[in-house]
Amino acid sequence: MSHWIILPLLLPLAAGMLNLLLVRAGVGAQRVVSLLTTFALLLFSLLLLARAASGHIDVYELGNWPAPFGIVLVLDRLSALMLVLTALLALPVLAHACFDDDRRGRDFHVLYPLQLLGLNGAFLTGDLFNLFVFFEILLIASYCLAMHGQGPERTRNALRYVVLNLIGSSLFLIALGVIYGVCGSLNMADLAVKVAGSAPDQAPLLHAAALLLLTVFGLKSAILPLFLWLPGLYAAVLPSVAALFAIMTKVGVYAILRTQSLIFAAHGPVAQSADLLLPLALVTLAVGSLCVLGSRRLRELLAWLVIVSVGTLLAGIGLWNEAGISASLYYLPHTTLVTAGLFLLEGYMTRQRGAAADRLEPGAPMSQPDLFGTLFLLGAMASAGLPPLSGFVGKILLLQAAAQTHAAWLWTIVLGASLLSLVALGRCGSMLFWKTEGVPVSGTAVSWMRLAPATALILAAVVLAAMAGSVTAYTQATADQILTPRIYIEAVLGGVNP
Amino acid sequence: MEILAACVIAVLVACGVYLVLRARTFTVVLGLSLLSYAVNLFLFFSGRLMTGAPPLATSLGPTADPLPQALVLTAIVIGFGMTAFVVILALRARGELGNDHVDGRGDKS
Repeated sequence: MSHWIILPLLLPLAAGMLNLLLVRAGVGAQRVVSLLTTFALLLFSLLLLARAASGHIDVYELGNWPAPFGIVLVLDRLSALMLVLTALLALPVLAHACFDDDRRGRDFHVLYPLQLLGLNGAFLTGDLFNLFVFFEILLIASYCLAMHGQGPERTRNALRYVVLNLIGSSLFLIALGVIYGVCGSLNMADLAVKVAGSAPDQAPLLHAAALLLLTVFGLKSAILPLFLWLPGLYAAVLPSVAALFAIMTKVGVYAILRTQSLIFAAHGPVAQSADLLLPLALVTLAVGSLCVLGSRRLRELLAWLVIVSVGTLLAGIGLWNEAGISASLYYLPHTTLVTAGLFLLEGYMTRQRGAAADRLEPGAPMSQPDLFGTLFLLGAMASAGLPPLSGFVGKILLLQAAAQTHAAWLWTIVLGASLLSLVALGRCGSMLFWKTEGVPVSGTAVSWMRLAPATALILAAVVLAAMAGSVTAYTQATADQILTPRIYIEAVLGGVNP
Repeated sequence: MEILAACVIAVLVACGVYLVLRARTFTVVLGLSLLSYAVNLFLFFSGRLMTGAPPLATSLGPTADPLPQALVLTAIVIGFGMTAFVVILALRARGELGNDHVDGRGDKS
């Protein structure tokens, strides 16, 4: 049996612990360890992607306990895609943080790998309770990272975030208790079998559990009634932390996709929560795009764009057809990487605007307007979905997927939201670069080296558009695998269960 | 016994939800603790209530389910750590923001 699957967990764990020992040695040694680990993580994730691309599902039984009894790690196409995305995001963001963000507080290099451990674990695990544990690992690392650099504004927003997520964790455990009480198992593949064959009198309890899980994951992914924590928090944290948090909402999206497609499938006996997804996503999209238009600070605008992207992703998933899920999976890396790039860029732009900071009002002219302007234009075009960048490709795929069934609603809202984002970003760009007053703030020029991570993340939009053929081929195969849960169940349970 | 257990959990959850909805961090933290007690009991009871049953499978009669006990142990440890964190964070918010409101904005009066 291959032990490769567990490396994305062991590597960051070891790096985090090593960095804890290296606290005395100074931040230089810690940077080397974190950068090397994240780079190795990227290489291993790519190897695992190549392995999963063949369609084979790898199952790793922890402690060699057979599947429904022990905890399993499962590597299918979806997990591999998420692992690669995490590593692709983590490396530039870490490189950016190493310039100075990591020295604004303590233990950045301990928390960062642990955050990656939680993320990778959540993407790999095949057990619901284990998913809860990895959620807690990534959450506690994110609480500390949100507080990194400190200051009253961060404390205020972190407190809300922590309290909300603790309530979310309680709901998660209640859902797990209900599921265990009804089915007597927490292994996802085993649950899929048991829920599909559940007696009618068990259905109400399973409905309750499915809706509770949707609520919990909805809180993490910030869908409509549960998104109020996000803009304040993302606007308050350090740029590199905000960029890393671009993937936090996607963990919620992943968890919704995994549990709803596998356990509470759209056409199974417990389908209500899956059917709810599309309306929720569309309302999130509509409200989110109005708020993008209404934001008065650049950071807030970017945070609302995160919510718009979550709405778009879940709208594709909520269609529950191959084309829709495939479109969402194409849109997922695009939106994560580009938003992260914009968050990093915003940090530098804000510094050059002097007293106006990130408020959308006339401020000092930037000392490098051409460079920042080009990058911002690329990022904004990609986010709003203008051709020829990846946002456009993703949205076209989504519109095509909905053409037969939900064209009226989905097209109106997705296109309307794109228009509103476009207007908001255009207004924001003209305010930042053209409506300036006063003299440039001296000593804030940024070297190419420092801009490289942000540039790389934004250029992902170009790369994804250029490679659209091979990426969509992979996402289509992934969507196909997701919609055929039988393959996953057979891979995990093997010959143990009928 | 099931009715009694259900009532205990219901009371804990009701008190927890009420306290969590208050405006000051101290009551919110108390509410979170009550909620986590309720959740831990609920997880424990999800393996069914029975007395005097052995925790390992034997050929003689019913057995208690050991898995919820492992689950609840994990949940207690995590809940404990998180509560400690939120207590420190609340204290810090009290110090930095000058009041103990959850939204950090103080009394409107």
